[in-house]
Amino acid sequence: MSQKILLDKINVPGIKTYEVYRQNGGYASVEKALKTLTPDEVVEEVKTSGLRGRGGAGFPTGMKWSFIDKKSGKPRHLVCNADESEPGTFKDRFLMEYIPHLLIEGMITSSYALGCNLSYIYIRGEYMWVYKILERALAEARAAGWLGKNILGTGYDLELYVQIGAGAYICGEETALIESLEGKRGNPRIKPPFPAISGLWTNPTVVNNVETIAAVPWIVNNSGADYAKIGIGRSTGTKLISASGHIKNQGVYEIELGLSVYEFMNSDAYLGGMSSDRPLKAFVPGGSSVPVLPANLIYKTAAGEDRLMTYESLSDGGFATGSMLGSGGFIVYNDTACIVRNTWNFSRFYHHESCGQCSPCREGTGWLEKVLHRIENGHGREEDVDLLLSIQSKIEGNTICPLGDAASWPVAAAIRHFRDEFEYHIRFPEKIKNRDHFVAEPFEQVKHLVAKQTI
Amino acid sequence: MTQRQQTDKAFRIKIKMEKTHHKQEIHITDSLMARINELISHYPADKRKSALLPVLHEVQDAHDNWLSIELQDKVAEILHIKPIEVYEVASFYTMFNRRPVGKYMFEFCQTSPCCLNGVENLMDYTCEKLGVPVGEPTADGLFEVRGVECLGACGYAPMMQLGDFYQEHLTKEKIDQLIDDCKANKITLHDK
Repeated sequence: MSQKILLDKINVPGIKTYEVYRQNGGYASVEKALKTLTPDEVVEEVKTSGLRGRGGAGFPTGMKWSFIDKKSGKPRHLVCNADESEPGTFKDRFLMEYIPHLLIEGMITSSYALGCNLSYIYIRGEYMWVYKILERALAEARAAGWLGKNILGTGYDLELYVQIGAGAYICGEETALIESLEGKRGNPRIKPPFPAISGLWTNPTVVNNVETIAAVPWIVNNSGADYAKIGIGRSTGTKLISASGHIKNQGVYEIELGLSVYEFMNSDAYLGGMSSDRPLKAFVPGGSSVPVLPANLIYKTAAGEDRLMTYESLSDGGFATGSMLGSGGFIVYNDTACIVRNTWNFSRFYHHESCGQCSPCREGTGWLEKVLHRIENGHGREEDVDLLLSIQSKIEGNTICPLGDAASWPVAAAIRHFRDEFEYHIRFPEKIKNRDHFVAEPFEQVKHLVAKQTI
Repeated sequence: MTQRQQTDKAFRIKIKMEKTHHKQEIHITDSLMARINELISHYPADKRKSALLPVLHEVQDAHDNWLSIELQDKVAEILHIKPIEVYEVASFYTMFNRRPVGKYMFEFCQTSPCCLNGVENLMDYTCEKLGVPVGEPTADGLFEVRGVECLGACGYAPMMQLGDFYQEHLTKEKIDQLIDDCKANKITLHDK
């Protein structure tokens, strides 16, 4: 079994409570950081660790921290992004629900490193019961003296609160999250200025994912160098993967980066293979926004190397033959899954969640949804596939925030790898009507039918 | 415009007004006000507006899970902001309801991983059983079925949200049981 950093104590009975968490070495990183390290030394450790943002973008955390504006003398804020809503991702919820004090400990240590005296955890509105768990955990931590004025007699003050969202995927984008935290609509801001210069209430702000913050205590307790020993190359440490779809063991797994996709999918310690006897058809490695990959590109890269669970290996070959590790939302499809229906489903999601600020995204996501809906329901037109490609290429890169890209990538990838299936829907509308949400013909057969047909 | 068309239009507007203008009794109790003040205290004194989202949640929970214009005005007054600042937020976020809703709202996640596990058939089943289409409360105001986007429980699909909690690994039998429990008043909606 591989090393666990975040979930090593998850099975200790009562780890949810402060007492048990503390007895198991909890809050040691706060003691160590506040009493023996300067804030800059903590930032250095995180830099050395090679820890990268676990929310999806994979930006080096230590570097992000070093951008925060310390010269202006304005108050600084650390905001934890717990607005987890990427389809396929449910790892942060798992951490917060079962070991809430780990996040709080990480928040205190990280706030100290950044010199913040007022920090927030922004959690999505649907996780209402997790919000209550965090509020209670915060009260416990406050009562035990880990928050408030003059923590551990070191003169460091910190207030930490949870703020609840109300159902908007877009608030996972850091500037939209800040807007929402200010009590406004979640409309992303134009960058620059970046939050590190002007964020919450125009103060310098750092926004980090739950999993990123939760890795900080281990790095401080051990060392950045130890963390960097785990993993391969620039993909250091461990990553939580939330696995769903047609697999035997759905759930949240902590893996060392560098594990092979084959082992992760088929080993009994992880996903345990497919849930039924149906063969593997496709998978999405990092949440709905990242490109889908067909069966022949899952275990091997286009160059014939083993595909590994790392940032680099999953994106090998760019979008032509690769994808992204993203947020670690691992969705697996067997051959009964209809790629067109799935793509329509994702497009509906992005249309629903578009904030409406930029017209390419506001209008384009709606067009994608409508065109995909008519293909899926047997009213597709011969030119629709190219129309989809044209729409998606006009959204991509033309919006303030990455939601436009996230909406257009899955469509492009689905057509890139499964064009036959789209054409099958268009040319044989009678075959796809009245089915129980699945394709009636196995995929190989679809190819055959499309190849034979001439217009 | 003919006479007939004019009457039709007037009739449609009347129907629309009846549908959208519902009365709501507003009662901000002392305990609710105490909670609101606690939430406001989480932010610097000149940033009361930041408490808007959590305050709207609290107020909505205390008022049959919806926010009338009058109630939104009240929130604006409490937070010292303009009413429009509340309206624009209440209309942006999907969890705020601006019309009366069923007491037990079955909010099914209908994004891809849940679909792979058959949520669409379960939604059809629930609607048929309750005799209502998606998005409309039952005549007794007890139930409402809604389709929502990813709730972050993909590994425990199919699932839905009911009040503050998730109901996961749903089956037809589980839905039958839930409906019975709701009718028998055995379901806790809010964790206060």
